Amino acid sequence: MLGGLSTFSVRFVKEVFLPPYEVEQIRKHMIELGMKTLPIVGVTGFIIGLVIAMQLSPVLKRFGAEAFLPGSVGISIVRELGPVICALIFAGRVSSGIGAELGSMRVTEQIDAMEVSGVNPFRYLVVTRIFATTFILPILTVYVIFISLIGAYIAVVLVQNMTWAYYIDRVIFAVEFGDAIPGVSKTFVFGFIVGLVGCYKGYTAENGTEGVGKASTSAVVVSSLLILIFDMILVKLTLWIWPTVK
Amino acid sequence: MVEIKDLYKSFNSNTVLDGVSFNVTEAENMIVFGRSGTGKSVLLKCMIRLLEPDAGTVFIEGKDVLKLDLKELNELRKDIGFLFQGAALYDSMSVRENLEFPLIRNFNLDKKEIDKRVHFVLEAVSLLEAIDKMPSELSGGMKKRIGLARSIITKPKLMLYDEPTTGLDPITAKEISALITDLQHALKMTSIVVTHDLLCAKIIADRAIILDEGKIVKEGSINDLTTSNDPLLKNFFSDEIIETNGSVK
Repeated sequence: MLGGLSTFSVRFVKEVFLPPYEVEQIRKHMIELGMKTLPIVGVTGFIIGLVIAMQLSPVLKRFGAEAFLPGSVGISIVRELGPVICALIFAGRVSSGIGAELGSMRVTEQIDAMEVSGVNPFRYLVVTRIFATTFILPILTVYVIFISLIGAYIAVVLVQNMTWAYYIDRVIFAVEFGDAIPGVSKTFVFGFIVGLVGCYKGYTAENGTEGVGKASTSAVVVSSLLILIFDMILVKLTLWIWPTVK
Repeated sequence: MVEIKDLYKSFNSNTVLDGVSFNVTEAENMIVFGRSGTGKSVLLKCMIRLLEPDAGTVFIEGKDVLKLDLKELNELRKDIGFLFQGAALYDSMSVRENLEFPLIRNFNLDKKEIDKRVHFVLEAVSLLEAIDKMPSELSGGMKKRIGLARSIITKPKLMLYDEPTTGLDPITAKEISALITDLQHALKMTSIVVTHDLLCAKIIADRAIILDEGKIVKEGSINDLTTSNDPLLKNFFSDEIIETNGSVK
């Protein structure tokens, strides 16, 4: 499968620069995928922010460091939780959808029909979707980070008497450029993985409806796993480029 | 128009096409007969490289299909129509969008010309009222008709039909077969029809070949084949009559 995914990504790189550029399809997919995922990532982000603040509050109190609560919550959300949670939810929602959609098109010969009519289905169906997932996930991640910070603020207010302005000021004070840029940047890679795996599983689906089900399920499993593996690699890489302690 | 020589195709150890050779002349209607699983659909797909054959040559309009690069192949495919077994309409597009798709993508036509062609083909298949419907709202027979309309909208020189009447009731199957013949005469296309429906073959065919275990075992007119005393053909056609559920009288 890794061989197939590599070949698929090489083909993507070859085709993405060739005309015709399917700008309208990319725009359509970005809006569709973004709007579909917006509510679920919003709710998840809010709860994660709330829970993280609730968990951290007593721990920091134990060390007499309650004042650091907004900063530590902000850093956790911006560096790691926001991007990864958003990417995992996005993988569950989008990768399976793409896998099922393209898988269904494959087994009902719609992709063959496109090919026969002289249209390059890889460029029309695959390149547009991978491009859309790659660029919509970072936007969703910024949204999730913002929502998570609101969730965290509610938890902070429950235990400390703190204004929103002071809370945000503390978060901005704590979160550095070297926290925000790597956190959001890695979601371009996660978005690419979600699109790539979903498209690969769907595009190569076989054996009728059973194959479509398998494509959908394995798209989620593989893309989630790859997101976590690449997160590990990218964290190491970004810590090397932007060290947290100077 | 079409010249196929020594075509071979295997899937793992299963040989599906075992040296298939035949010619189809311009404006001829050729039927490829055979039981299920004898490689009829594989043959069609190998002809336009939806599947890559293991060996052999395919010439369409004098072009060696197996030696064309992707760009040349796509150019050639613009002159070929293909009706898939399940019609293969694009689920996410309306009937109008399905019909417009190959025109918008491949031909530099203005909106007026596209509309004209869409209306023409829908009238030809008697489904103008379905223009704004989605494929999920259509019956099996209607899907086949729209699939046929989409195949002919680019005015192809060669039409390939993969089991055009499979899954349809005898009356609709007869209507589709008659429609194929009418369009054939009107548009003067060359056709290759893969089927195991004898009624469909009788309506459409100028000539037929019989495919069995990946090889062409007989070739001739439908009348010659169906009235032949050859035990293989007698056995084959008696089975086909049973399979078509009494639709051949």
